[in-house]
Amino acid sequence: MAEPTDIVRVALVGVPNSGKTALFNRLTGNRQKVANYAGVTVERKEGFFIGRRGTRKIQVLDLPGTYSLVPTTLDEAITRDFLVGRLAGEAPPEMVVCVVDETNLQLNLRLVLELRELGVPMVVALNFSDVAESRGFRLDRTRLESELRVPVVATVAVAAGGERALAETLDEVPHPGPRLSNVQWREPSLDEIAATQLEVRRILRSARYEQPLRQRALARLDAVVMHPLLGPLVLAVLLFLIFQAVFSWAAIPMDAIHNAVGWAGDQIRDWLPAGLLRSLLVDGVIAGLGSVLVFLPQIIILFFFILLLEESGYLPRAAFLLDRFMGSVGLSGRAFIPLLSSFACAVPGIMATRTIPNMRDRLTTIMIAPLMTCSARLPVYALIIAAFIPKQAVGPFNLQGLVLFTLYLAGILAAMAVAWLIKRRSGPQAYHPLLLELPEYHWPRLSNLLLGLWDRVKVFLNRVGTVILSLMVVLWFLSSFPAPPPGATGPAISYSFAGMIGHALAVIFAPIGFNWQISLALVPGLAAREVAVGALGTVYSLEQASGDITSALTPMIAQTWSLATALSLLAWFVFAPQCLSTLATVRRETNSWRYPLIMAAYLFALAYLASFITYHVARGFGL
Amino acid sequence: MPDVSLSTLRKGARGTITAVRHNPQSLGDEAQSTVSRRLIELGFVAGEAIEVIAEVWPFGDPIAVRLGATSFALRRREAEGVMVEVMSAV
Repeated sequence: MAEPTDIVRVALVGVPNSGKTALFNRLTGNRQKVANYAGVTVERKEGFFIGRRGTRKIQVLDLPGTYSLVPTTLDEAITRDFLVGRLAGEAPPEMVVCVVDETNLQLNLRLVLELRELGVPMVVALNFSDVAESRGFRLDRTRLESELRVPVVATVAVAAGGERALAETLDEVPHPGPRLSNVQWREPSLDEIAATQLEVRRILRSARYEQPLRQRALARLDAVVMHPLLGPLVLAVLLFLIFQAVFSWAAIPMDAIHNAVGWAGDQIRDWLPAGLLRSLLVDGVIAGLGSVLVFLPQIIILFFFILLLEESGYLPRAAFLLDRFMGSVGLSGRAFIPLLSSFACAVPGIMATRTIPNMRDRLTTIMIAPLMTCSARLPVYALIIAAFIPKQAVGPFNLQGLVLFTLYLAGILAAMAVAWLIKRRSGPQAYHPLLLELPEYHWPRLSNLLLGLWDRVKVFLNRVGTVILSLMVVLWFLSSFPAPPPGATGPAISYSFAGMIGHALAVIFAPIGFNWQISLALVPGLAAREVAVGALGTVYSLEQASGDITSALTPMIAQTWSLATALSLLAWFVFAPQCLSTLATVRRETNSWRYPLIMAAYLFALAYLASFITYHVARGFGL
Repeated sequence: MPDVSLSTLRKGARGTITAVRHNPQSLGDEAQSTVSRRLIELGFVAGEAIEVIAEVWPFGDPIAVRLGATSFALRRREAEGVMVEVMSAV
């Protein structure tokens, strides 16, 4: 079939939590392209669908959610600039779909009126229309349509076919034609906004909009979740359960991946003759990738819970509970969500700071995000703890678990101290409001959770397949060449390029107790922290001949490192500046080299200082 | 009963909004106009019923309010300009 020549460019606009993105997914299916707006890192989601008549192609842009055309965040500014044709490199839309939540028209309708002023042809999508009907909301939709003087269609973003009425309307409306001039827009005054609100209330009365009382169960849930004493308790229990799940549920799939990797290595060892190729595949690729892949289950579990809390509407309530506490070190309660994500990985955490309206607050949050113990550090912690910390009980707790908890706590405390210092240094500032919507609770949809989870897993696997794989191969090359001279007595790797780099770096790291193998492993660890374990695996596996690398690594380091060295390395990884992905994300998010450089420098200095103190205190105790 | 500021109300108090005042002393001029604007945009307008549904221990700040079909979290300083005719105080 010929490509339709009738093309309409439509922008989806709506307040946060109006189900706009779900509706976008429903309309465009997998015909989507995700990129960034030029020069900023706000996500630009575009897709298209062909109308039922087959003669029109509707291009849909999903704009960031906004309460108003007067922005308070970067996301909201992008939406406004796009709509009024001020965004560089973007043509303004030919048509606007304003997505509104039918169960909350008081909050949603003002934006419709504000958008109508722009004079762009518009369709209003009454989303959650199924929920509105089943909960007993009343609305005369025809009346609403005649009051608004734009087409109004009912949609259900979460059900198959729920987008049909909207898709048909967009297919059938007369083509709006090209935009002749830029939109005239000026910021409304407070009185004008208040007048619009009065108009909203008049329209809602005219359309006989009636809301049922809030469900008792939801009100009771709020009474517990935001209770002065129970609320923080619920939050603490939730966080504890999440971390518990990350460590205990992940154990079984992690063992499975571990065994599969070992099995794959053995297979290749049996099939290929001893030589360079076998060494590359077994010692370089499989050993390296295996040690990174093994913690995919932990990433999945952590992100599953974060998505679950996000979808259910709990996260903003947690931000509410923590606002005062975080305010004491100069952070906003809104920083809670990015910081929680940073426990999985600092990259999505730093990207999530876009919802913090104030640039100062946002920068502080970005700067401390890498101090949250990301899951990439777990393999390092796990390896060292298994090798050096005995599994003995301390009261009801396990010593290994306590050490791990201490490491997490050290990161959080360091983050608070750094935030406090930044606040002190930058002096008194203008006030940054909290003012936050607490959206109604929703049962999370499994399909949404899985979709979000798959996005995260894709990013991770992509990294494993590209950056990490190539680094492993480079590292293997550096570790294998040149071959030791004939009659050499030490391990072969000691004579290689890697050995030379490691020996050179060891001079810098000797004062904090790192040997040349550790110093060497820190180099590829720059690409991603977890690679440090893979690199240790590679370095030590090339020293020895036997089979299973990772299980051999634990006793090997237990024999060759002192306890002081192990503790020093743990302290190093609490601060661990070596993550290029994080620094690259900060560069992108702040659009400057200044902040990633400051971040790298301050984290390196803190890490070195902490390791130095740890090492020498431990030595002082004779460890 | 005379109008009082939302910032003085405790958990459980209900009433009707009578005005959103521009009160630059407490927050500074720029922050205040951002806050007032957003409050009005979110529906803090005269005639709306409002209830304080939560406050955070130990200082009772920030607070959460129920307004129409939505709940909002805000600090007491931000609530200062919202004047309420109280129906049932606690």
